[in-house]
Amino acid sequence: MTSRETGEDDLALIVEALPARPPWTARLKRLSPSLALSCLVIALVFTWTLLPQLFTGYSGTEGVPGEQLQPPSAEHVLGTDGLGRDLYARIVYGARYSLSGAFVAVAVGLLFGTLLGLIAGSRGGWLEALIMRLVDSLLAVPSLLLSLSIIVLLGFGTINVAIAVGAVSVARFARLARSEVVRVRRSDYVEAAFGSGGTFWAVLRRHVLPNSLTSVIALAALQFGSAILAISTLGFLGYGAPPPTPEWGLLIAEGRNYLSRAWWLTAAPGLVVVLVVLAADRISKSIQRSGA
Amino acid sequence: MIRYILGRVGQALAVLVVTFTAAFVLLQALPGDAIMIKFMSPEMGLSAEQVAEIRASYGADLPIWEQYLKTVGNFLSGNFGYSIQAGVPVRHQLAVNLPPTLQLAGLAFLAAVLLTVVLAAMSNMVGMGRLRGALQSLPSLFISIPVFWLGIMLIQIFSFQLGLVSVISPGPVEKLVLPVATLAIPISAPLAQVLMRNIDEVLAQPFVAVARAKGASRSWVLWRHVARNAVLPTLTIAGILFGELLAGAVVTEAVFGLSGLGGLTYQAVNNHDTAVLQAIVVISAFAFVTINLVVDLLYPVVDPRLGHRVATTT
Amino acid sequence: MTAPLLEVDDLAIAYRMGDHEQRVVHGVSFHVAPGEVVALVGESGSGKTTTAQAVLGLLAGNGRIERGAIRLSGTDIAGWSQRRLDAIRGAVVSLIPQDPGSSLNPVRTVGSQLAEVMQIHKRGDRKAIRTRVLDLLTRVGLMPAEMRARQYPHELSGGMRQRVLIAIAVALKPKLIIADEPTSALDVTVQRRILDLIDELRRENGTSVLLVTHDLGVAADRADRLVVLQGGRIQEQGPVKDVLAAPASAYTRRLLSDAPSLAKPRLRRSVGGDATDLAIEVDGLTQDFPIAGGGAKTFRALDGLSFKVRRGTTHAVVGESGSGKTTAARSIVGFLKPTAGRILVDGMDVTTLRGEALRRFRRHIQLVYQNPFGSLDPRQTVFHIVEEPLLNFEPIAAADRARKVRDMIGRVGLPEAFLTRHPRGLSGGQRQRVAIARALVLGPRVLVLDEAVSALDVTVQAQILALLDELQGTLGLTYLFVSHDLAVVQQISDTVSVIHKGRQVDGGPVERVFARPDSDYTRDLIEAIPGRGMPVLASNPDSRAGFI
Repeated sequence: MTSRETGEDDLALIVEALPARPPWTARLKRLSPSLALSCLVIALVFTWTLLPQLFTGYSGTEGVPGEQLQPPSAEHVLGTDGLGRDLYARIVYGARYSLSGAFVAVAVGLLFGTLLGLIAGSRGGWLEALIMRLVDSLLAVPSLLLSLSIIVLLGFGTINVAIAVGAVSVARFARLARSEVVRVRRSDYVEAAFGSGGTFWAVLRRHVLPNSLTSVIALAALQFGSAILAISTLGFLGYGAPPPTPEWGLLIAEGRNYLSRAWWLTAAPGLVVVLVVLAADRISKSIQRSGA
Repeated sequence: MIRYILGRVGQALAVLVVTFTAAFVLLQALPGDAIMIKFMSPEMGLSAEQVAEIRASYGADLPIWEQYLKTVGNFLSGNFGYSIQAGVPVRHQLAVNLPPTLQLAGLAFLAAVLLTVVLAAMSNMVGMGRLRGALQSLPSLFISIPVFWLGIMLIQIFSFQLGLVSVISPGPVEKLVLPVATLAIPISAPLAQVLMRNIDEVLAQPFVAVARAKGASRSWVLWRHVARNAVLPTLTIAGILFGELLAGAVVTEAVFGLSGLGGLTYQAVNNHDTAVLQAIVVISAFAFVTINLVVDLLYPVVDPRLGHRVATTT
Repeated sequence: MTAPLLEVDDLAIAYRMGDHEQRVVHGVSFHVAPGEVVALVGESGSGKTTTAQAVLGLLAGNGRIERGAIRLSGTDIAGWSQRRLDAIRGAVVSLIPQDPGSSLNPVRTVGSQLAEVMQIHKRGDRKAIRTRVLDLLTRVGLMPAEMRARQYPHELSGGMRQRVLIAIAVALKPKLIIADEPTSALDVTVQRRILDLIDELRRENGTSVLLVTHDLGVAADRADRLVVLQGGRIQEQGPVKDVLAAPASAYTRRLLSDAPSLAKPRLRRSVGGDATDLAIEVDGLTQDFPIAGGGAKTFRALDGLSFKVRRGTTHAVVGESGSGKTTAARSIVGFLKPTAGRILVDGMDVTTLRGEALRRFRRHIQLVYQNPFGSLDPRQTVFHIVEEPLLNFEPIAAADRARKVRDMIGRVGLPEAFLTRHPRGLSGGQRQRVAIARALVLGPRVLVLDEAVSALDVTVQAQILALLDELQGTLGLTYLFVSHDLAVVQQISDTVSVIHKGRQVDGGPVERVFARPDSDYTRDLIEAIPGRGMPVLASNPDSRAGFI
């Protein structure tokens, strides 16, 4: 190859002239409003799971007799359900099921998937072929069917649903981790590290892992959102925690019985799910961008 | 080229074998006992011998590898076993339940493609300015909506609030409108995301500048240069989305109370009817693998570079 | 003087960067007369490409003309809408782009992309256009034209693709062609033929050319007048001969003295010591690669390469793309196992080393890569990058390591404040200095430089070459310099091997090879160096003083 880098790049030069890495205060100021809002949403929902009683005086499971199916009002911000339970309180208390489930799911996927991908990408050979065919097979089965098969095996319940959802994402993590490792391994700086006498493990630790993980962490944030979606779907179908647990999917399923009379019972929990998933999606994107 | 085709077919077969084996181990070998669940229950009033006899008739008493080989043979000959709960061949259940699901999925896919193209075309029209940003973030929103909730909301809005679609006795077309929309919206999201990103990437390519330098207008460039290059990678995503399409169809059926694969799966899971579940898993994996194989084989036909690269390097 | 065809008057252009605007072209004025070739010369960030894009009305989306006029035959087109510009682009002003690799649509045939320019401007019916396409392809030397028209870009070589792009640019006989680095991605022999072709065609049609280039040699060879840009401002302009003979600005003088093709070969250090003290001895190096999908078939990348390098000297391996020169470099540092042959570095046979022995060997020989952007880990600081090799061998105290790293960073001419920076905060030249520091921190005897200065601007290139020269003197290093650039090679090396398609076609002391080459290929290569035969500027001793 003859080898001038693309002639001139006025823009690249300007970018280069910017300070290398602004202090975090400056970066905080440049934080985009949508990213800030996303972080806020996740932080809020996270505090719901830890200290729900701080956010509502009502119980998540006990109804108030005589206050059934009330539309949103000052007293009941999001209205009440057929048993007189405050919907807002149920959503706040329900956060723990969706979120803890999503955490377990992402942990399962992240741990096993990344490990498999790392092994495949850094070892290569027949081991890589074997792992990748396994991963392909996992991807070949529609995610919901795979989750359902695992639930059949493990039984119903919040944790089992979370594990089933996490198992589905193992394949995605493995694929991404492998392709990232392969990308980094091809780079000149990895070869240079071997060239300066680095051992396999040293190069893996110093270069391959740190440079591959950004994308994997971005995927984890994205999968956190997907896991909340999947868990609520399985909850809606009735495979998660049994009533009267205020799990979000279950809330929507219950609200469905009052579709013509109480629109808020389905609209509100669904909107909360959408907001949380959107926030996770937004955070994932900014993690991905920061690594590029 | 032949090597490429053989390689792809071989890979597809390997995936099928692994999937089948995994499904067998998970659903048939490990739990093994839908028969026990059904026939050991006291109300059946069967003796231990009778149960054993039934087990033998299902082949459940054979050693595991014999069961495996037998199941392989059965699947190859189109015999997917018996639904233990319903007592009929799984094949018959599928014959009834598969067509409506395929119809729903197919229509939804078409609608999703249409929606994707409209979104991408609109966001690349001149003078869209601020609207462009909104259009481009629409897929992110679509992908964050739970399918089942979307379905419920559509019923809520179009049937209960606006009264446009009848819930009680809808016509054959009317019955499908909301389910198709429910399924199409989330499926269109990843398609639109990939297509929009690709369009942006292709627009940044030097050959686009060369085309502009020839005097080609923006829309000329979009249709004659960008479209084909940007659609190619979207094709791959479309193949991969098949799994999501099927899963989405199952949920959509549940929401709208339609009969089909969804109902069948639901019953199978609730009754631990593993034979049915195994058949559904294996068949959908087969469909997934086939579709993606077709996409892979189609790719070199559409993209001249790949045919070349394939011929020289693979 | 005839009325100018193109008149750029006080042009200022800015790019929107987030919430502020960054001006990159500051009031540039020049003109191009009918039939004239004017070269816009400058380094990265000089604004030359931006200026050319503005003339075509094709600034990037965030670019904006702040003030000034672009008059084409007297009409100011600076404020024209895209729709109006569409009518003149391709027909009156056309473009020969920089990178033939990505400048053609990969999924359409060459013929259809050539026909397109005529379809857009509605020149003739289908049949007339087809005839014209075949004529044009024949004219630019792509024959048989019928076959070429049906081919896809990936089926053509880089030079052939550039010919297609030239055919597109001349198809409607425009008045002005903007040639934006038309040959910088091509091998030097191909470059020469492409430039010849552009020359011929513009003479035939009386077309003016605005030649945008970083290469003063190319500009000197091909242009009537030079416009030298730096940082978005014109440093000087005038007829080529005048500018070269008596440059008015200090910047032009520096450019001239740093351009290897124009500068005099440096005065060689007389190499003392023992002629038999060899640092590298390569004997019959042969490298086969399996052809993917070809079963047992192989491709021979290198065929019997042999040379000896005396300690403390520089040996160059020269070749064009695909010659096998990089393969040779990688074999010598032990990244490839040769199919046959022997490689002795400091008396050790690299080809027999494996595992731990190979790892230990690495402290004797280090490689510096071509791309200073890819060879440094973006997540490490400069300190960690330079420190890392020290961690791979006998443990030494952290304080000693830090001292060695500081020492090395100083040696390559970087301030200590850079130690905490990440590669993205450095310029290309600075990155290459870091890469050299990393390579030298273990105290190797031999440094292999794989196109190590090719991606850099000439002034930066000159600085890095000066640094290498200085380090060689103080540390007694032996260099193996792999390059496509004969001008640079002539400037810095003692001995040279010229390879072509994996075979060595020439070799020996650099003066001898350049004066009396053994092979026609080497002769072609030497003749193709742009800027030869131009009045050589008297070497300016101050020019190397201004390091970064």
